[in-house]
Amino acid sequence: MEDRPSGQLPEPLHARPVPRPGRWVSAVVVLVLVAMAVNALVTNPNFRWDTVWLYLRDVVVVRGVGWTLVLTFGSMALAIVLAVMLAVMRRSDNPVMRGVSWFWIWFFRGTPIYTQLVFWGLLSVLYPRLSLGIPFGPEFWTFTTQDVITAFWAALLGLALNESAYLAEIVRAGLSSVDPGQAEAAKALGMKDGKILRRIVLPQAMRVIVPPTGNETISMLKTTSLVLAVPFTLELTYATNAIGNRIFQPIPLLIVAALWYLLITSVLMIGQHYLERYYGRGFDGGRTGGGRGPRGGRRKPRKQDLIGASGTTKDDPFLEVTP
Amino acid sequence: MSGSSPVEPVETTPAALRQAQEPMVQARDVHKVFGRGHDAVHVLKGVDLDVARGSVTVVLGPSGSGKSTLLRCVNELEEITAGSIHVDGDLMGYRRDDKGVLHRLHPKVIAKQRSRIGMVFQRFHLFPHKTALENVMEAPVQVRGLTKGEARRRALELLDRVGLAERAEFYPAQLSGGQQQRVAIARALAMDPELMLFDEPTSALDPELVGEVLAVMQDLARSGMTMIVVTHEIGFAREVADHVVFMDDGTIVEEGRPADVLDNPSEPRLQDFLAHVL
Repeated sequence: MEDRPSGQLPEPLHARPVPRPGRWVSAVVVLVLVAMAVNALVTNPNFRWDTVWLYLRDVVVVRGVGWTLVLTFGSMALAIVLAVMLAVMRRSDNPVMRGVSWFWIWFFRGTPIYTQLVFWGLLSVLYPRLSLGIPFGPEFWTFTTQDVITAFWAALLGLALNESAYLAEIVRAGLSSVDPGQAEAAKALGMKDGKILRRIVLPQAMRVIVPPTGNETISMLKTTSLVLAVPFTLELTYATNAIGNRIFQPIPLLIVAALWYLLITSVLMIGQHYLERYYGRGFDGGRTGGGRGPRGGRRKPRKQDLIGASGTTKDDPFLEVTP
Repeated sequence: MSGSSPVEPVETTPAALRQAQEPMVQARDVHKVFGRGHDAVHVLKGVDLDVARGSVTVVLGPSGSGKSTLLRCVNELEEITAGSIHVDGDLMGYRRDDKGVLHRLHPKVIAKQRSRIGMVFQRFHLFPHKTALENVMEAPVQVRGLTKGEARRRALELLDRVGLAERAEFYPAQLSGGQQQRVAIARALAMDPELMLFDEPTSALDPELVGEVLAVMQDLARSGMTMIVVTHEIGFAREVADHVVFMDDGTIVEEGRPADVLDNPSEPRLQDFLAHVL
């Protein structure tokens, strides 16, 4: 089955394109507005660009960036693990599991993150001693809360538990988006529930889960600034605020923080793009298959791929089926 | 003519003999009710069905007659409400202890029972994030614990058998409907099933693609596979089936050899159905 063009290809039509004066007008308008905005930013001495440039590379600021990244990725990683567990529990046959998951999501979504973080910080005051043992019975290990739940861990746990409640709903939506026929086909092959989830349903759900999770990660990057409620004082916002207050120049330091957040967000967006491409493989006729397509080297695009790539048709094989 | 007495080359131990005579599928008074209370729908109303080893049974019937539900009950995708289904002598989904008390089997045991029954769906249900080859390899590796190399070799054999060896590295979305369904058949065969269930395998296909799937199924029937096929392809039933079953309103209305059932239907509902389908 070769789709090589046979014989002479016809000369494509040469027609004048539809005139689009609106594009030129809007381009000029936008260009002028951008020039005005840049001019207003750069020439205004109140922004103190020299101070911005100086503190952009300050060791305390860069360390703050480091802690912000650790908090963001640490809490997101923990939250994703918890969220998958919560989403699976929420869909379970076991009413106890469903109840626990429902309560968790209700509680952590229903109370302000700031309050939660304050309570995590107060944990060592509320419960100075923690112990492992038989409930209401003898205790085997006892330790001081302050030694185990330091400000960093309080901040990380606070962010992660709160985030897990939101992510659980995203994961649940992703799991529901997968055609039930997929799990059924896997079942008919004799696969057990755990394997069906891990190998068949979750990888397909990722296509739906990744974009909002990227959104949540970017949101988390900024939410880490709330950990001053714990208080944890090494991350970016607190660090730049402290410097700004000390040198009586809060505005340049706010700009420093904003630039760093922008930079990290940009990198995260690139990462998200590649993740989406990876989990989109096999969908969309393989056009977004991470450059893999059918494996084993390059191939000529097939006819149907080209028709599909033109974006004028729908190549869903089920569109014409009436169940 | 030699004087020696004819000796059949069959196993003669009593157990083997009994097993060979026993039907592959034995359904007895199977009922299926969906929902409960006022919304309850009685879909199967006491179905008895025997499927002999190595035979092809085609199930015909208007939509809503319960043919697909019956098929799905055979491999426990649906839990039956009453009655019993035995496959290869094993009671599906349940265990009866010495005192005659019925116990629901653990999902892991049911999964094991299912792994011996292949199923092909109307809408293929190939795993879209895996290539054709990976689709066929998945269950042998994940369920039976074959090494990747073994599974791969066997999967390529099966893809070759359904005529798709060169399409091994393609994702389902890059295959035509007929090709997808052939991959789905190869995927089911990879578990070495003793029984294959086909749930309207050609109903979602463009007319010109139906033939290639039926050809694969016919080839499979010739190789001695026990098959239950729910379909509207009367031609396939006539040519390939050993036994034809006509269902209507949750019961088997008429059954027998294809020539008898299809050419001399005695039941008016079947006459009516055939007049519409042919």
